[in-house]
Amino acid sequence: MRVGLLYSRVRVEERLLIEEFERRGIDFELLDVNKFQAEIHDPTPWQRFDAVFERCVSQTQAVTAVRVLESFGIPCINSSAVIEACGDKLTTSLILARNGIATPRVRVALDPETALEAIEDMGYPVVLKPAVGSWGRLLARVNDRDAAEAILEHKTTLGSVQHGVFYIQEHVNKPGRDLRVFVVGTTPIAAIERRSEHWITNTARGGQAAGFCITPEIDDLCRRTARAMAGQAGALLAIDLLENEDGRALVSEVNHTMEFRNSITTTGVDIPGRMVDYVLGIAERRSVNRASQAAAIAPTSAGVA
Amino acid sequence: MSATPASPTATACTCPECEANVPFARRPLQGEVVRCPDCNAELEVTSLDPVTLELAPEVQEDWGE
Repeated sequence: MRVGLLYSRVRVEERLLIEEFERRGIDFELLDVNKFQAEIHDPTPWQRFDAVFERCVSQTQAVTAVRVLESFGIPCINSSAVIEACGDKLTTSLILARNGIATPRVRVALDPETALEAIEDMGYPVVLKPAVGSWGRLLARVNDRDAAEAILEHKTTLGSVQHGVFYIQEHVNKPGRDLRVFVVGTTPIAAIERRSEHWITNTARGGQAAGFCITPEIDDLCRRTARAMAGQAGALLAIDLLENEDGRALVSEVNHTMEFRNSITTTGVDIPGRMVDYVLGIAERRSVNRASQAAAIAPTSAGVA
Repeated sequence: MSATPASPTATACTCPECEANVPFARRPLQGEVVRCPDCNAELEVTSLDPVTLELAPEVQEDWGE
């Protein structure tokens, strides 16, 4: 059994995952996505892998490479469908809404004047987010019409085409924190709260992490979210939750390449170990299936005679 | 972008930004991201033989979790 680890940068998380593979004596190979190339008619060179664990920082690179590998029949964790579902906030919101999962109200508009109308109709404040992006970058809390007009103009003038998709989220007056739940398969394994004086609580933006005890309600919400985003088998996900003034948890975002460096000590859970367990389980199943298929195809000694 | 080579068994390299010594606590890996302890520049290991550090690229729009 051999596993590929597809990466672009070896951050603390990838280092921990590599060390976990090494500690277990797993046959694995580091695959630099910048060196990735594949002849789409010839999957043979890739058949040495029973699974590929995707850990790229670029969503575009990740989903492209994974789509190719999946077409070769290689299980990838996470799948291209999961990357696409999580990587675009509008897609995430649509899936959550369609599945009746509690999530902040969202409107989408494709023209700045129409976006302004939508914002006025929702009422201030609202949060403007780029549909694609992470780490709390380019989030804007819009408190009044003046700010809305300025931000919409800036996005239209300075942003890429992607910024012409106006993703407008209800501002949730959270209690100085948000929650992140780590899910393996469909099972929530650990959670943190992230506190900040700033309304953006991402740890990438300075939010402080502390362990959080998963309540039965949040456990259920995250299991349903994982199934909605990734099907019955689930995936490796980090689900971000906001609590509204009634204390109800709402799913804000779902992350497909979760970062966990600040969450191992704070939760006491071996997150990289649990992630590797999940990946190896998938690789093992494919390895066994391939061995069974090979045995079925191989001629028996009687047949050879 | 300048690069600073060192031997493949290096336990340290020179920061391409400020020329300070950047130590490696463990065997460096291709693509590994480290910070210069002096100038705090984000650096990336771009080759292993010899070990070479370059300034890490700026965050792109589609980077993230």
